[in-house]
Amino acid sequence: MTPLTQAFDLGLSRCRTCGLAVARASLGIGGRCPRCQSRIEQRKPFSAEVTLAWLIAGMVLYIPANLLPVMHTSGLLGEADSTILGGILEFWRAGDWDIALLIFIASVAVPFTKFIAIGLLLFTVRKNSRWEQHQRAVLYRIVEFIGYWSMLDVIVVALTSALMQFQVLGAAEPRAGIAFFCAVVVVTMLSALSFDPRSIWDRRP
Amino acid sequence: MSAASVPPSKDELPAPAVQNRRWVPRLVWLVPIVAAVIGISLLIKNWESQGPRITISFLSGEGLQVGKTLVKYRDVTVGRVATVMLSADHQTVVVSADLSKDAASLLTADTQFWIVRPRIGVGSVSGLDTLLSGVYIGMKGGTAALRERQFVGLENPPALSHGPRGRELQLHAARAGSLAIGAPVYFRQFQVGHVIDENLLPDGSTQVTAFVEAPYDGFVKPVTRFWNASGIDIKLGADGLNVQTESLATVLAGGIAFDDGPTDAAPAAAGVPLDFTLYENATEAMAPPDGNPHYVRMQFTQALRGLEVGAPVEFVGVNIGSVVAVDLGYQGQDRSFPLIVTAKLYPRRMGQAYKALAAQGKTESDETLAVFVGTLVNRGLRAQARSASLLTGKLYIELDFLPASPRVAFDASIRPLELPTVNGVFQELEASVARLVKKVNDLPLEQIITDLHTDLADLHETLSELHGQVLPNALGTLSALHSTLDSADRTLDVESPLQRGLTETLSEARTTLESVRELADDFDRHPDELLRGRRAQPRPEGAAVLSSDAKP
Repeated sequence: MTPLTQAFDLGLSRCRTCGLAVARASLGIGGRCPRCQSRIEQRKPFSAEVTLAWLIAGMVLYIPANLLPVMHTSGLLGEADSTILGGILEFWRAGDWDIALLIFIASVAVPFTKFIAIGLLLFTVRKNSRWEQHQRAVLYRIVEFIGYWSMLDVIVVALTSALMQFQVLGAAEPRAGIAFFCAVVVVTMLSALSFDPRSIWDRRP
Repeated sequence: MSAASVPPSKDELPAPAVQNRRWVPRLVWLVPIVAAVIGISLLIKNWESQGPRITISFLSGEGLQVGKTLVKYRDVTVGRVATVMLSADHQTVVVSADLSKDAASLLTADTQFWIVRPRIGVGSVSGLDTLLSGVYIGMKGGTAALRERQFVGLENPPALSHGPRGRELQLHAARAGSLAIGAPVYFRQFQVGHVIDENLLPDGSTQVTAFVEAPYDGFVKPVTRFWNASGIDIKLGADGLNVQTESLATVLAGGIAFDDGPTDAAPAAAGVPLDFTLYENATEAMAPPDGNPHYVRMQFTQALRGLEVGAPVEFVGVNIGSVVAVDLGYQGQDRSFPLIVTAKLYPRRMGQAYKALAAQGKTESDETLAVFVGTLVNRGLRAQARSASLLTGKLYIELDFLPASPRVAFDASIRPLELPTVNGVFQELEASVARLVKKVNDLPLEQIITDLHTDLADLHETLSELHGQVLPNALGTLSALHSTLDSADRTLDVESPLQRGLTETLSEARTTLESVRELADDFDRHPDELLRGRRAQPRPEGAAVLSSDAKP
């Protein structure tokens, strides 16, 4: 595949909000679009660095999200704190493998996929790799897409806590773990947003 | 769009305004740093809150589940069972549990653990939550200074699983009645505590441990009396029907009530004792202290239907004890079946009399008391079964002085003391009537009637004789008497010649006597006339006339 001509080569920049093309020469960090006054950059500034920061934050937050209980259920049959992995195991043992799988995908597979994918993207961009540029662009879109699906766990806990309030008979309360998990989702989404997919195609010497 | 079709030259394009703020995006590194700090602090916190692991051995691990069974202190979860294993000798179950850090300070040598299972009683239901949630391990903190990690679990929950402020009291009673653990304790119908334990002592009596909660334990004083408030107390008195009960729960589950006892009986104790007697009812509790009972035995020769165990024994009308046994005895000598009544007497109930006797040293020992009773018996002290109520036919024993009763020998050395008896008033009356009836029965009525009949016939004969012979004669006699009286009457008549002659004679005699008196007067005045004869001398006219008249 012959490399396409890039705006960078032509000395052009484009406003990401209104699409106005501006001259790169006049462009500096923090420049603003003369038409819509939104920020205009050749590349997102410090994209890789910021993405990496968010990614590390997400990974750090993922540890307490899994260690701490996400939900506390109490009722006639006793009370229990459930963690994400504990809940998956419980469902699996109880025979509800479909639910276990769903929760596993939403709360374990997806975050890990994101960590690995964003990490891979960052690594290849840093290496200025030409490897599978198309596939990596697709990967980035997938990461963006699945980002909000990770909120499934948070929504489950929120709904359960809201609906299961029968005092003595049964009650569910969210626990700290779910806040961390929510933070993981938000932070990884921010990480994905900070990544500038245009850098996949950059051909810097 | 002409602008799109004709690419503009670079110079025509507008230039964006440039602001250089290179440091702003780098602030994003704060996010992972903060996240790391939070995560690490959580880990540290978690590591710090990691409490001790303890082992508890139980005889049975019924219901214990690894990872699920909780350890609770004051109904708050402080730990969780980690493993359940058999001991090396297979005799006990060793449970290890992870406790939270704040519970670590509770682990002393006397900390108690037990398995909470549902307990359902009449008065209370406890541990019902364990029916569904499964058992849990209860924990009671200790006070010992020594730290401990290995414990032997209790098989039964301790009396008080956690210590609310108050006072634990030991109550002693012969019988616990219907008291159950958890039964309420009342002070003037107000629940102030509950029964926490019951024990059968080696001597067979019961020890009830009651707990009185903190603000109310001040009501427990040295004079306080405790009594069993179980059931309903119905009294039919002079003021009508009186039904008393502490609460409906005590009717079912029993209960204990307490109140101040008679203040004059207060011992001068410095502090409040922890041991009390549990009386059977309020009346017994409020009575002055009875002291130790003295047992006496009485032999009654008559049937004592209506004399029950518990019937009062009264001494000149004062209740001083009660009947404890009514037995049938046998006497070989006359092959009779006397009733042997055993009664307990409380001399202290005699009040002032007891004090007076005590002052004289009569109550010092059993011997002196027996001797004193002997003197009373000599004075006529007798036991007598009397009817307490004509309606019910209930009997009670009255000890009274009956000096008229026959003297009996009193042996002061027999234990229990034997009191001589007399038959009861009613029996006495009955016997008298019987004797009377027997006497009436024994009368020879036939004979009497026959004799009477003969006598009447004789009388009749006599009367008829009287009528035939005596009466006619009597009539003749009477008529003769009548004529005699008639003639006498005539003779004594004023007009009769005899009467007249007598009158004349009498007047003559008077004239004569007058003359003699005159003569005597004359001689008195002039004694010389007796010698010289009467001489004429002047004298008053009247006198001469009188004297001349006097001598007709």
